[in-house]
Amino acid sequence: MNPQLIMDGLIAGAMIGLGAIGITLTYSILRFANFAHGEMISWGAYLALAASSLFGTLSGALLKPIGPFSFGWSLPLAVLVAVALTAGLALLVDTLLFGLLRKHRSAIIIMVMASFGASLALRSLLEFIFTSKPVYFSKALQIALPLGGGLRATPDQMLALAIAALLVIAVHILLTRTAIGRSMRAVSENQQLAGVAGIDVRKVIRTVWVLGAGLACIAGVMAGLLVQIRPYMGFDLLLPLFAAAILGGIGSVPGAMLAGLIVGLAEALGVQLIGAEWRAAVAFIILVFVLLLRPQGLFGRAE
Amino acid sequence: MSVELVAYVAFFLTMALTYAVMCLGLNVQWGQTGLFNVGVAGFVAIGAYVSALLTTPDAPDRFGGFGLPILVGWLGAALATGLASFLVGWLTIRLRADYLAIATFGVAVTVQLVALNLQSVTGGPFGIGFIPRPFANLAGDPLAFSLLNLGVLIVVVVLLYLALEHLLRSPWGRVLRAIREDETAALALGKNATRFRLQAFAIGGAIMGLAGATQAHFVGFIAPDNYVPLLTFQVWAMLIVGGSGNNRGAILGAVLVWGIWAASAGAIASLFPPDQQARAAALRIVLIGVGLCAILLLRPRGILGEERVVSRHLARLKPSHRVASRPTPPDS
Repeated sequence: MNPQLIMDGLIAGAMIGLGAIGITLTYSILRFANFAHGEMISWGAYLALAASSLFGTLSGALLKPIGPFSFGWSLPLAVLVAVALTAGLALLVDTLLFGLLRKHRSAIIIMVMASFGASLALRSLLEFIFTSKPVYFSKALQIALPLGGGLRATPDQMLALAIAALLVIAVHILLTRTAIGRSMRAVSENQQLAGVAGIDVRKVIRTVWVLGAGLACIAGVMAGLLVQIRPYMGFDLLLPLFAAAILGGIGSVPGAMLAGLIVGLAEALGVQLIGAEWRAAVAFIILVFVLLLRPQGLFGRAE
Repeated sequence: MSVELVAYVAFFLTMALTYAVMCLGLNVQWGQTGLFNVGVAGFVAIGAYVSALLTTPDAPDRFGGFGLPILVGWLGAALATGLASFLVGWLTIRLRADYLAIATFGVAVTVQLVALNLQSVTGGPFGIGFIPRPFANLAGDPLAFSLLNLGVLIVVVVLLYLALEHLLRSPWGRVLRAIREDETAALALGKNATRFRLQAFAIGGAIMGLAGATQAHFVGFIAPDNYVPLLTFQVWAMLIVGGSGNNRGAILGAVLVWGIWAASAGAIASLFPPDQQARAAALRIVLIGVGLCAILLLRPRGILGEERVVSRHLARLKPSHRVASRPTPPDS
């Protein structure tokens, strides 16, 4: 067996994990499965692409590759802009749709259905603006460096893994060590009680959207940098995201990341053993086994 | 009226009625029981492929082609899809409500993948052709052919409608409604909520499979591209527009939304230059997505809405009792 599949799996898994953190947070705090989360990944990637080419036209020096990487300073700058814009988009969708449904006291399943409608609208809007043709951050080819043990990775891939690891640690610290993190966990335990105890539930909800959308945007940029940017890129990740969120245990950030890596590695293994065309079925099989054997997930609590 | 126009209207209505059958199936799952199925396209596809495999003539390059009668294909489609729905439901209905949504989404993705990749059974991306059409011997006479096919679909829809209305008003249907409105109360009365939900999910799935089969036999050709998430979304829009929980609403919504859809396709073809049509088609989906969200926000009951009281026993009570026992609206 080719050891390279471990590297491929880890990289795909890091992207799935970052996206699954957003799913698991909206699920545990807003209490619904958000089918529109994949669109935050696609929108994040396209927004970063637009901002990056804007910076590139403003100053050509920003396009010059930084050190061993395939991109210039325009991309890191664009990521900051895109994270802010994607978070803004998530807040906008919440104000126009989910917030109103919450005010009407709609059933959870109506929220799920609304997220399904929003997902279709957002995805088709991307297709309308950018067409369905794949685009890339950079056409430059990168040489994969040997890491020992038969593993190879490009500098971009190693950077993506390092950033994913840093982000997970940062989010974990945010949730466990800060005041807003404690508020988030309190709301996830019991929203009414948290509100009575003086926690600003609306601020917590805004934080959840900003955090989830920001991480989704970064996952989208990674996917765009390492693979390609398409309107369907987020939608195609949705099933792996849900599988990872449930496998990790709803509400658990380290669980979502670990489960994301597991799903990514399983997909890479599946591609090696049965062929790339069956990749999308791997997440479904994992989902079925989790629901059968341990529906509360690895780090979740039984209800 | 010219013959072409009648034939076109008959074609349009036949197609709309195949969607009406899907809507009736979804109405059993969602409208009556509150089960959220995000994989309608997958279940419809199972029905279409099973019926196609059973009824097409023997094909050398793939499995099957058993050349069985069309009715056998339709029954097989309903049975196979009902069984698949039962398995998915058995796996998820005892868990959280939206795990079913996620699992059905997975089913749709996986069915699409199998249809695309399992070439030796499904014909791969090219699909299955030469699916026998009812009254194929009359194909030379477009008017008679299209009217007879429309007749077949009308019979299917009317029979289903009568059966489902009967079920809705039966003790079984009223238990489903009770579980949806107040599960704790239904459990306290000794009703096994999980079992009733599972039965409703399997019946709804079987109807979707039947819908897929009738559509496949009407069009005569199926391919994986017919069963993308957009189909799920269209069926949902039909049910929500018509009024979920109401079988007549499901049929009305199907005809109405399919009409809007077909008309907007015509408008795009005539308004936009050929190189911009793919873009305009994407915009059409955006508008319908926004429309669905708007209906959920503004008029969640749809056009017809659900009948509040279905029990004939309650109708016999005094009006004062009836007001007191009226269930709360489900969409508040």
